[in-house]
This record gives sequence, C-alpha cells and structure tokens, in this order.
Amino acid sequence: MQLELENFTKCFDGTPVIENLNLTVGDGEMLALLGPSGCGKSTTLFAIAGIYRADGGRILFGDRDMSDLPSQRRNVGVVFQNYALYPHMTVAENIAFPLTVGKKRPPAAEVDRKVREIAELIHIEELLARRPAQLSGGQQQRVALARAIVRRPDVLLFDEPLANLDAKLRLEMRSEIRRIQLETGITAILVTHDQVEAMSMCDRVAIMDKGKILQTASPTQMYRAPVNKFVAGFLGNPPIVFMDGVVAADGMFQMGQGFTLPLPAHVRGLPLGQVITLGLRPEHFGGAGAGMASGRVSFVEPQGRETLFDVDVAPGVTLRSIQPMREDVRLGDTVNWAVDVENMLAFDANGDRL
Amino acid sequence: MMTRNFSTIPFIIVITLISMPLMVMYGFLILDTFTDAPAGELWPDRFTLKHWRFLYDFSEVGNVWVATFNSLTLAVSMAVIVLSVSSTAAYAISRLHLPFRRFFLAGILVMHAFPAVTLLIGTFFVLNFSGLYNTMIGVILVKASLLLPFGIWIMKGFYDTVPWEIEMAGVQDGASRFTVWRRLILPQVKPGLVALGVFAFLDGWGEYLLPSILAPGSDMQVLSIFLNDLIAAERVGYDFNLFKSVGVFYTLPVVVLFVIFQNRLMNIFGGGTKG
Repeated sequence: MQLELENFTKCFDGTPVIENLNLTVGDGEMLALLGPSGCGKSTTLFAIAGIYRADGGRILFGDRDMSDLPSQRRNVGVVFQNYALYPHMTVAENIAFPLTVGKKRPPAAEVDRKVREIAELIHIEELLARRPAQLSGGQQQRVALARAIVRRPDVLLFDEPLANLDAKLRLEMRSEIRRIQLETGITAILVTHDQVEAMSMCDRVAIMDKGKILQTASPTQMYRAPVNKFVAGFLGNPPIVFMDGVVAADGMFQMGQGFTLPLPAHVRGLPLGQVITLGLRPEHFGGAGAGMASGRVSFVEPQGRETLFDVDVAPGVTLRSIQPMREDVRLGDTVNWAVDVENMLAFDANGDRL
Repeated sequence: MMTRNFSTIPFIIVITLISMPLMVMYGFLILDTFTDAPAGELWPDRFTLKHWRFLYDFSEVGNVWVATFNSLTLAVSMAVIVLSVSSTAAYAISRLHLPFRRFFLAGILVMHAFPAVTLLIGTFFVLNFSGLYNTMIGVILVKASLLLPFGIWIMKGFYDTVPWEIEMAGVQDGASRFTVWRRLILPQVKPGLVALGVFAFLDGWGEYLLPSILAPGSDMQVLSIFLNDLIAAERVGYDFNLFKSVGVFYTLPVVVLFVIFQNRLMNIFGGGTKG
C-alpha cells in the first residue's frame, strides 16, 4: 500500500516541530527516515501510527485519508525500540494478541495457525511457549516483529529497531528484517540515526534535519550526490572532510592556510574569489587522481581489511584516507598522495552542493 | 552465599531481648484461652475449652457469628470498593490527559495526610442528612473513602512503572484503551492490587472507631465492638479468659492473611511507591 504524507505539520505546545512535510513511500517499498536525535523522525513515525495527532496536512494510505482515524483503525504495525513485549504473556500469546482484540474473535484454531505461520517465517517456532523475560535481545526483537506483522498491516513502522542490540546481532537482524519485509511485501518505514542501517536496509533514504526532509534518494544516489553539506557529512563512515576556501586563478582552489588543489571540472567556471567548500571522502584520497597532496601522517587506524590514515597537509588541515590494508606507511611518515579531484563535492557558502 | 562483614548474633540477641515482652504477652494470650489458672497465680493448672464456648453458646455474650459476618462485610466491601476505585482512578491520573491532574494529585496527598478523626463531626452530619447514619453502608462508604487517597496514590506508583511503549503497542495492535488497561496494564500492577486488597481488608476488619460512632445500633455490631462490649463498664465481673479467646478468634483471619500474603504486602512499601 502506498503511504503519503501531504503538508504534514506537528506542533508541541504550540511550537511547530515539523512544518509542511511531504513524503511518499511506494507500495512495498522500505524507506529510511534518517537524521540526528531530535530531528523529528520519531514524531513523524508516531504520527503515521496514530499515536500523535497531526496538526495539519493529510496522511494517506493508498487514497484513504487516515489523519483523523485512531491508531486502532489504521492497521499499522509498529516495532518499538525496546520491543514493548507484554511480559505476562508467552511468545505465542504476544503474537496472538493483535488477532484477539477485535469485535469478533476468530476461532482459536485459526489464531493458532496464523501464529505458527508467522513464527515459521520469523524463525521463532521453538520459542512460542516462553515468556519475554526468558529471551535474548535478538529473540525479543523477532517476537516484536512477528507481533507487528501478524495482522498483515498496511504499513510497518520500525522505531530504531536495532539500537538495543549488540554489534553482531545488529548485523544479523539487519538482513533478517529486510528479508521479512521483502517476503511479506509490506510497505515499511525505518527510523534510525545510523546511516549504515539506513543505507543497507532500505530502498530509499529520506534524510531529516530540524523537522525538514533535506533529500530523498536511493542510498547510492544520496552518497554520490548529496544536496548539501549536512547530507554529505551525515553519510559515510569514516566521514567526509570539508575544506573551506576560495576559487583561485587557473581553476585552482585555495585555502587560507595556503593549501591548494585543482577544482573539479564542473565548478571551474566560477568567478575568482568566490567562497567555496570542497568535500573529500577518504576513499578519494590516496588512490589515483589529478591532484596531489603531501603531508605528515598524524594518525593510523588499522581496521583489518582497510587502514585509515589522517594526513596533516597544512596547519589545521587534516585529510582522511582509507586504503586497502597497508603496513608500509607509519605514523610520522611524510606521504605524497593523489586526490581524485573529479569525485570531490563542492558546496557554496550556504552549504548547498554546486 | 553472601560474605558477611560482621556477625549477626549480637543483633539477634538484642532483637530477641527487646521483643521478649511482646512474645510473652502473645504466649499467655494463647495459653489463657485454653486453660484456667487459680486466682492470683501466674501458671495455669488445668486445660479447658470452656472459654471458647462463645462460638456456639450465645446466652452469655451474644451471637459472635453475626458480628463476624458484619466485620467480614465491612472488610470485603472495603477491599472491593478501594480496589475498583483505586485501580481505575490511579490509571486515569497516571496515564490520561486529565484536566486538573495536578490539582487531583495534590488533593490526594493532602487527603492522605489528613487525620480521619478530625472529619468525624462533618461525616456525622453528612450521614445523618443522607439517612445513612447507623447503617453498615454508611460506615463502609466513609471508611472506604478515607482509605482511597492512600490506595490511589499507591496504585499510581505502580502504574507509573509500566512502560508507555506497552500501552502504545497495545493500541497499535488494535485494542481499545479499555482492553489495553484490562489485558495488558492490569496484569503488570497485580502485585499492587493484591497488596492493596489485603491492606484494605485488614483495615476494615480491624476498624473500631467508625462503626462505634457512626453505627452504634446493636444490630450493626462488628467484632471489634463485640469485643469491647465484653469489658464494658456495665458488665459485672470481667471474664478475662473469655475476652482473650474472642480476641484470638478476632486475630486469626489477620494472621492467616499475613502468612499468605506477607511477601506481597511488602510490595506496597517497596516496588510501588518509587517513581
């Protein structure tokens, strides 16, 4: 089912935290709402769920307007960050709960059949008789997911579903959630502040800051062509390095500290002296490219498959480089590495990409 | 096994010494109901069951079973009223957007701190006016409402510890607010309900003041008043052993309840009040 937010507005105590937000999630698509804490992504999620009432605009499921319907009548499944399992019920009873609250209760055999069906899909058949307190974090997460989809919701919402898991489980549940979403084909929204989660699990990412959606795009598109500095800085780990400077003669970029680089081709026509910010991702420094930068290695972080270097190229200017593991460069060495100039991102004084 | 930093034996000795007088009193209370001692002697010299005759012979002291039934009615009604009102009112105060919520909370605290005796005269006028004076219903209503601030406050503490997400999850699962309360939230506060129920029952069971003032008629007699009448001034010759027997009879349900619910009663002062 397609989900659409139209000029959605939400106020708390009279102050608007989200104003005129527009968002469309296609049928069967999984979209990530990515942003720092307090950017309004959870507020948006809870408004779709019906926990918060929208103060303006419309929320459409398909072509039905849901804005004024209570949560109970929206048919939305939610997976909460702390799972919110019902501690006094067994796993089977937890999953069956959404089926047994309606006006006419389906026969016990049918409830049981549906619970088993979902349990099988989510791989928790052997846990059905246990209570939440007897489950590990990952298992609780699975139960919460089972309970959210047992009613075949129109929309499935995840509120930071992996935040309470340890690193290894997080990796496992990441692909599990995606697998189940793809198998059921339920339109889903994932709220997260973790760019890796957002990019790896979702078809599209909507990045939010201060109550506004800055950009909606596929993960690769957004990584390659961020609309502004904020988006560029939010995506990528290790993060992009920004350099503030001006356009100099001969298609060069000049920083106050004296450091210079050739400008990428598409911004060479800018007037001399214009203030500009270049963004250089670590994978574009230390490989091949038209520019050169030399400096002293001030930090080395071996990560196994790759090694991360910090290189001081001018006073106060540190570039980051990530390269396949190498041990020939040590802390304190002076290096002269290529900068892939054409892949650098350029931003104007307002932070918008040029 | 916990490591001990100090020996507990001196404490046990001190505690035993301090509680000795109490234990001796209880010992003699029980002992005296089954024995007779010669006048002026401390130790009994023969076993007898005649002090327990009051259970079937009503000629001497009146029907103890009627008084028991009245006490039971008072205690059970207390438990029912306090439980049903506290569990719903506390939920509303803890979770719903009530107008004047802060005012209610403050009011409850003030009522909780108010000594009941100071309200007696006013209560008397209200009961007299409404025709509930000298009725059991009147006593029950007054007694229950005096316990309600405590009950609501305790239950609010229990509700506050139930995570919001459980409620939101229930609503998302399609359940009405009432269903969520009944099937998801109430089970989480069950320890509080049990403790409060027992507490209310015991409070009603042991009550003397309100029945004696608000329902002095003899047909409304509860056990505490029945007991008091045994040593009333107009009676000739106190039968202390009979008095003690009725006293033990009166205490038995309390002891039984405490044995069954002692752990849960502790909850009311432990888990419930935080937050």
